[in-house]
Amino acid sequence: MKVEFVFAGFGGQGILLMGRVIAQAAMEEGRYVTFLPSYGPEMRGGTANACVVVSDQPVASPIIDHSDVLVAMNQPSYEKFGPLVRGGGLIIYDSSLVQARERAQVRQVGGAFTEIAGQLGNTLVCSMVAIGRVIRETGIARLETVRLQVQALTAKRPELTALNLEAVERGYNEQEVQR
Amino acid sequence: MAGNHALAEGAIQAGCDAYFGYPITPQNEIPEYMAARMPEEGRVFVQSESELAAISMVMGAAVTGKRAMTTSSSPGISLMQEGISYLCGCELPAVIANVVRGGPGLGNIAAAQSDYFQAVKGGGHGDYHLFVLAPASVQEMFDFAFWAFDLAFKYRNPVMILTDGLIGQMMEPLTIREPSWPRATPVSFDARDWALTGAAGRPPRSFKSLFLGDGVLEAHNAKLQAKYARAAATEVRYETVATEDAQLLLVAYGIMARVCRETVDRLRARGIKAGLLRPLTLWPFPTAWLAAHAAQFAHILVVELSCGQMVEDVQLAVQARTPVSFYGRAGGGIVTCQELTAVAIERLGIKETS
Repeated sequence: MKVEFVFAGFGGQGILLMGRVIAQAAMEEGRYVTFLPSYGPEMRGGTANACVVVSDQPVASPIIDHSDVLVAMNQPSYEKFGPLVRGGGLIIYDSSLVQARERAQVRQVGGAFTEIAGQLGNTLVCSMVAIGRVIRETGIARLETVRLQVQALTAKRPELTALNLEAVERGYNEQEVQR
Repeated sequence: MAGNHALAEGAIQAGCDAYFGYPITPQNEIPEYMAARMPEEGRVFVQSESELAAISMVMGAAVTGKRAMTTSSSPGISLMQEGISYLCGCELPAVIANVVRGGPGLGNIAAAQSDYFQAVKGGGHGDYHLFVLAPASVQEMFDFAFWAFDLAFKYRNPVMILTDGLIGQMMEPLTIREPSWPRATPVSFDARDWALTGAAGRPPRSFKSLFLGDGVLEAHNAKLQAKYARAAATEVRYETVATEDAQLLLVAYGIMARVCRETVDRLRARGIKAGLLRPLTLWPFPTAWLAAHAAQFAHILVVELSCGQMVEDVQLAVQARTPVSFYGRAGGGIVTCQELTAVAIERLGIKETS
């Protein structure tokens, strides 16, 4: 088993955080993982992306050329990384911000992550909503493992724990928009 | 844990007494981590006013027999070259990490391997060598910190950990433990018989790299060269993958070795027998292994994130026994497995029908 993920979107959407949570949860469940962030001016609001590889075997290259799963949080990311998803792969996109196109041999799942985050009171948790959807669609880690990761991440700001957990669960349970 | 944090924690666990550094991307996580952790351990952290000051502070700590370290990235390492030459001339132990970014000049902040020449051929003035270690994973960033201090004290010579922005920024699982490989014999960090510790009850000592007396510098250089020859004979470390039956040998270090490792699998899946040589020490270089094995390969392909630097050391070792070619990108481009697989097939002159 080896799954190559690309997480992509705007800087500030929590793209790198999303990759970290998934990588860390998979590691907790005994997988080999690598997490490779893009690290440039993204932090200040450009585009951000992260590659995560989860495998039963030690990971040779953390640098990937094609992905099995793309999580696209904005249109430019969908356009840039969508064509690099392998046949049989999966694209999960934020339907609040991305207009998806027909794509043969790739399953596409949209979720209104940003809109749901807004309903919860803070659009910044859109990445947490997306994480919920990612683990439901891919089974890469259990919901409970991710919950523990989120609790650990927010340990220093406990007032944020409940909101982030709720966001993950909303993403996990939301009815899917599939094409 | 991220590579830069792993290197910093590795240095702390390896007994680093004092860290001096000046910020530069993509290694800022190291001084940031050290700023928090070194005081916790009751050790020294100083953010210096410049790279020149940082390397001079390293020298100041080193003369007292302490385990001193600095880190920077390419332009900052260039500024440190004078101090590095002095450390070698004075025979002082120190660990310097270069988290390489694109050059020349200020270049950019993308990962690169374009400081190879500077690291392994000297960089500063005079006849000297640094030990140059090339980690390829987050675990090795941690482990090699121990190895670096070992070598620095065993030979009383600076050691450079040559890494890049990708390894510095990427996260992988890390096991915190005292590593055994690739370290050699246990090394004593007891510096009482050479360091400046206060001369009460013993003759005074001094460290200098200025030798004006007739023949004195020549003798000093002969002594240094004998030390480098001893090190070259005993400290070379490398890793090979599937080289026994390989027709194509890939040679790469650091992050590019990870890409090459996967490319070996992809090529073999297509029936092309590929293997990999990954130097862990760039100085001393695995020249002897290449000289002994070169003739068994049809082609040797050196892959770097530069315009071609280590390829020269491979060519020197191979001595035209086998065709050697180079593939690389510099300035921000990353070589992917897909790209490299196509290049390897083209270099072997294989016509694939698909």
